[in-house]
Amino acid sequence: MSKRLLLCLLLLIAAPLGARAQDGFEALAARLGGNFNQQAEAVERLGALGDPRAIPLLQALGDTRLLRLADGGVAVQDGPAPPEGAQVLRINNRVRAAIRGALGRLQLVSPDPGERRRAADAILRNRSADDIPLLEAALAREAVPAIRARMELALGGARLAASDPAAKRAGIAALGTSADPEARSLLLAARAANAELLAEIEAAVAAIDRRLALRRAAETVFQGLSLGSVLLLAALGLAVTFGVMGVINMAHGEFVMLGAYATVLVQEACRGVPALEPWSLPLALPAAFVLTAALGAAMERGLIRHLYGRPLETLLLTFGVGMILQQVVRLLFGAQNREVLSPAWMTGVLVLPGGVQVTQNRAWIIVFSLLVLLATLAAIRLTRFGLEMRAVVQNRRIAATMGIRTGRVDAMTFAFGSGIAGLAGVALSQIDNVSPNLGTGYIIDSFMVVVFGGVGSLAGTLIGAMTLGLVNKLLEPHAGAVLAKVAVLVGIMLFIQRRPKGLFALKGRAADQ
Amino acid sequence: MRDTPGLPVERPRPARAQLLFWVGIAALALLPLLNALPEGHPLHASDFLVSVIGKWICYAMLALALDLAWGYAGILSLGHGAFFALGGYAMGMHLMRLIGPRGVYGHPVLPDFMVFLGYERLPWYWLGFEHFPFALLMALAVPGLLGFVVGYLAFRSRITGVYLSILTQALTYALMLAFFRNDMGFGGNNGFTDFKELLGMPLGTGTARALLFYAALVSLALVFLLCVKLTRTKFGRVLTAIRDAEARTRFLGYDTLRHKLFVFTLSAMIAGLAGALYVPIVGIINPSEFSPGNSIEAVVWVAFGGRGTLVGAVLGAFSVNALKTWLTTLAPDLWLIVLGALFVLVPLLLPKGLIGLRRPRA
Repeated sequence: MSKRLLLCLLLLIAAPLGARAQDGFEALAARLGGNFNQQAEAVERLGALGDPRAIPLLQALGDTRLLRLADGGVAVQDGPAPPEGAQVLRINNRVRAAIRGALGRLQLVSPDPGERRRAADAILRNRSADDIPLLEAALAREAVPAIRARMELALGGARLAASDPAAKRAGIAALGTSADPEARSLLLAARAANAELLAEIEAAVAAIDRRLALRRAAETVFQGLSLGSVLLLAALGLAVTFGVMGVINMAHGEFVMLGAYATVLVQEACRGVPALEPWSLPLALPAAFVLTAALGAAMERGLIRHLYGRPLETLLLTFGVGMILQQVVRLLFGAQNREVLSPAWMTGVLVLPGGVQVTQNRAWIIVFSLLVLLATLAAIRLTRFGLEMRAVVQNRRIAATMGIRTGRVDAMTFAFGSGIAGLAGVALSQIDNVSPNLGTGYIIDSFMVVVFGGVGSLAGTLIGAMTLGLVNKLLEPHAGAVLAKVAVLVGIMLFIQRRPKGLFALKGRAADQ
Repeated sequence: MRDTPGLPVERPRPARAQLLFWVGIAALALLPLLNALPEGHPLHASDFLVSVIGKWICYAMLALALDLAWGYAGILSLGHGAFFALGGYAMGMHLMRLIGPRGVYGHPVLPDFMVFLGYERLPWYWLGFEHFPFALLMALAVPGLLGFVVGYLAFRSRITGVYLSILTQALTYALMLAFFRNDMGFGGNNGFTDFKELLGMPLGTGTARALLFYAALVSLALVFLLCVKLTRTKFGRVLTAIRDAEARTRFLGYDTLRHKLFVFTLSAMIAGLAGALYVPIVGIINPSEFSPGNSIEAVVWVAFGGRGTLVGAVLGAFSVNALKTWLTTLAPDLWLIVLGALFVLVPLLLPKGLIGLRRPRA
């Protein structure tokens, strides 16, 4: 509708100004109704003019939907048949070729960013020195960084195709400042035709290579930190139950899995309530924490309590609980993966300065894992519960004589560690398949983190998790994922030869326990 | 290490418990004979039953290996399945070589999967496996060597208890991932199967089934005798001392590292032998044998039967596997829950296992 309005307006102006020598957009548009020669000239000049209003007109002309009206003006055909007195404009091949060229240039200034991007890509594909002024003009008004980058690349390519050596040098220099593999291949392709500029081209390629290597390194580090943050989340709960209480909880992975399923359930409960839907993930956090914490407390009071002082039996018992939980979930929810949707603010790719690409959800998980670590630290250092917990760890009997109910502290500590596992499950549901054996993939690695970092030290857990994550991802490109895992395992075995108690060993009396 | 309560320092009525074992062995020896009876005879034992019991005998050997390490030396390995699977792979490599040109691709030397993956010739670590004695030696030596190295690294830095358990579990997990890879030259996730013959005897016939069964049974008896003798020597007594008070034993002047290392290596070799006998009976070996779940299932056999008794380990392997076979046909979904319940209930209600039930409470 607005298109029609625009055209009416345009034609009102167009008619009286028809034959002005200094042709503006309106005059050129009116000339589209002339003979083939006039048409072709008008199309070319519209293209050079760079006014985005010409795009719909030229598209309509190409599709033979442009009408010459009775008053001499032109308009885009709206209905199925042309109105009274109007005539469909016909074109020949020469005009058609001119339209293609003009549209390509015009789309560079189109109000639609997707169209601008496509236009820059089209110019990049068949680079020609004629496009240089157009690209320069378009760059001057372009604001979107991603499209600017494409246009600069296209400009560099167009300059490279110029016959003037100064323009070529400028093109090489411009391409050399990017970190784009496409710029690199443009330069490499230009080597044969420009023997006299070889040194400049090689230097530019080397500069791109340096930047690309840096970016790859940054991305590897990010992946390592991302894996590390996942390990940190999974291992934090273990560090509490294993590190503080000395209880090996082999069902920890299953608690993580239950946290992920709690996310699925909360999401399904929120479905259909538009106010809640985007917040289902934050809402899942308390739900998962409460669910797994309650299970953990029940497990400690009902089963583990009877086996204190018998660590190997505790290990077997918790393994059995894990097995039962896994199978029950499999029977209730089925063995196939459940889908968890990510909220809009967590999807997509974040481009950091330097072109480093990071996925949003992984970036969020890194932030989340650090927040959970801080919360855990605060709970242990600053709360009454944390104080009692540390007292019981240091000396159970004295703590009891001071009036601390050690049984209750045990249950709460175990519930706390299990609740953190539930939080880890919420995070993992965003990046991994939610299936009954979600936890098994993480449990061994997180035990490695705790053993490596040192039992009973949250700083050790943080450093251990990040180190293992980074080492894994740094080794992966060279050795493959599996061999990297094996190498990390061997590395840990050798490491604990030197420091049997891990990186951050407890010293003094507590170390003897 | 702290004292471990709930374990018998004296073996409960060794003579009577052992009698149970030998009666069981004698009864099992009759099974292939019953298999030879004509079908339809009321006492006829099916081919399936012979294979299944043969499999359990190998499991019982694995349980003995585990009991030797856990019940007597207090080393709870959650990775004994790795030694078992390595022994199985060594025997599997021999069986693959014996297929010869009878494979689908008909290559005279290379197994089918290598032809499929475009190998030109055998990798170096496959050399020699066409000879049975070499393969058998490897089935003992490779698990033994791995056990020795892991044990040395672990025991030297005094990694005990749950730490060692987690480490061994990570070991079998890493091996599982490695063997799942195609480019390891071990057949990837399909492993080895479709075996044709062993020692000139075609597999899958009644005779082969009976002979393999007896080989496993005799090995079980010999391993049992070895374990009984070993635990009765002074060496075995020191092991028990290490289990109950490792630091004290060390201060009394015993080299605990050597004792533990020896028993762990021996245990790994027994597990390897069990694996080597297992593969021709079941006719397949693949990386899932390395899965941590398998190793931990073996631990529950020993715990359920009664650890530190040897007879209990064998009894546990047979009874848990009988329960598994029965339940997985009856209600396959329930088996994992029952197995989990065994893990939970045995330490709480039956800390001395089935064998412990026979002894009246003092």
